[in-house]
Amino acid sequence: MNAPTGSIASYNFAYLDEQTKRMIRRAILKAIAIPGYQVPFASREMPMPYGWGTGGVQVTAAIIGPDDVLKVIDQGADDTTNAVSIRAFFQKVANVAVTTRTDEATIIQTRHRIPEQPLRAGQTLVYQVPIPEPLRFLEPRETETRLMHALEEYGLMHVKLYEDIATHGRIATTYAYPVKVEGRYVMDPSPTPKFDNPKMHMSPALQLFGAGREKRIYALPPFTQVESLDFDDHPFTVQTFDKPCALCGAEGVYLDEVILDDCGGHMFVCSDTDHCESRQGDGYHGQQEETFR
Amino acid sequence: MNAATTALEGGFSDPVFDAQATFRAVMDAMAEPGTRRQVKAGATPPAPLSPTAGALALTLCDQDTSIWLDASLSTEVVIEWLRYQTGATIVDDPAQARFAFVADPSSMPRLDAFAEGSQDYPDRSTTLVLIVEALDSGEPLLLEGPGIERRANLAPTALPVDFRSQWLENGARFPRGVDLVFAARRELACLPRTTRILEPAEA
Repeated sequence: MNAPTGSIASYNFAYLDEQTKRMIRRAILKAIAIPGYQVPFASREMPMPYGWGTGGVQVTAAIIGPDDVLKVIDQGADDTTNAVSIRAFFQKVANVAVTTRTDEATIIQTRHRIPEQPLRAGQTLVYQVPIPEPLRFLEPRETETRLMHALEEYGLMHVKLYEDIATHGRIATTYAYPVKVEGRYVMDPSPTPKFDNPKMHMSPALQLFGAGREKRIYALPPFTQVESLDFDDHPFTVQTFDKPCALCGAEGVYLDEVILDDCGGHMFVCSDTDHCESRQGDGYHGQQEETFR
Repeated sequence: MNAATTALEGGFSDPVFDAQATFRAVMDAMAEPGTRRQVKAGATPPAPLSPTAGALALTLCDQDTSIWLDASLSTEVVIEWLRYQTGATIVDDPAQARFAFVADPSSMPRLDAFAEGSQDYPDRSTTLVLIVEALDSGEPLLLEGPGIERRANLAPTALPVDFRSQWLENGARFPRGVDLVFAARRELACLPRTTRILEPAEA
């Protein structure tokens, strides 16, 4: 029913059957009503392995409509394997418009970055989440972590951050940095660099998180308080970079290291490819030549 | 026409896209409490189940969900329509319901009569669909909370007289609690459990 003509026959719009969509949609509604709480859902097998974004794909499939414009990023890039294949998947099964431009997208599915360009009201950011439970590596039993969330017992997480300070002199967690939502639930922001944590706080966009293998959906409504856990004498800080992007000269953005040769040559470039290309299109240039020598 | 034949009619004409559009309306309304979202999808359920409430039932309910109906909705035609169109089970106990449909909110059971979920599974609570005349001509409610940048306004008609105190108690049970969807003519708005209703003095 409603499969795009000429493509795989007999698939429903957006691949999932309607009963599955209803189940996921009910989970999304409760997730939005309880920000930061992980709602269990009956994650389906998808035509890609767990670990390739099946949670995000199922969330996107449950919300996407024919008028949506989809952008998919993998570590900030529109042109890496995971992003390209998920974008092609939705073009095939939902026949939706796709884009690489952050400002044109209504739904942005992401693996581990938040775009540099601030999101706006009406956009939905869908995160692919590998391990939704922020306490999992501290307490392996689901029964216990669920009780800890129920009782708001997050002392163990603070002990973990304190041990970081005792060992390294600072909080050494750099990605999947735990946040507290509206002063209640401690939440894993998925393995985004902590650089992106401040973007979650009071974002005008709706943020949905899907973990396929772990079968959990959680959410942040727009304009929701999201605080990174820290201590008064060790306040939360984000990464900083010594040099601007080698391609577009941007400062205050998250950079990836790119190895250029086997003699130690390297450069740092924007991880957000759309941001970088937009800036280069606007005439900004970095120090690529110099670094390259 | 008897209940059995009425039940066959009035569903979505385009089930996939009507359900998707209705879901996006309710998702956006739940994410931004107080905002009013258009529901264009055409469901024509038997009265007093309204087209908007009917569209929500078709979008969210199926064989995995239990539905509770208030007295004015508990008619044979409405029950048969919901059973045929959604496959949902109709339950008598509001505390057993995943969804509750209420045509007369002013005389509905207290909010704590519905499932509030448990402390470890607060998602297992009832979502109430309240059928109202309008979203802007009842007692004005000033709202704040997640999803609202500063303040939002909503004025659904025909709320219970002690709604404010009931809602305060519902919020005090957080993370447990019920969530409300106000279904008006061709539009809806939501009050998730996180939304606080300000007293006029706090404005």
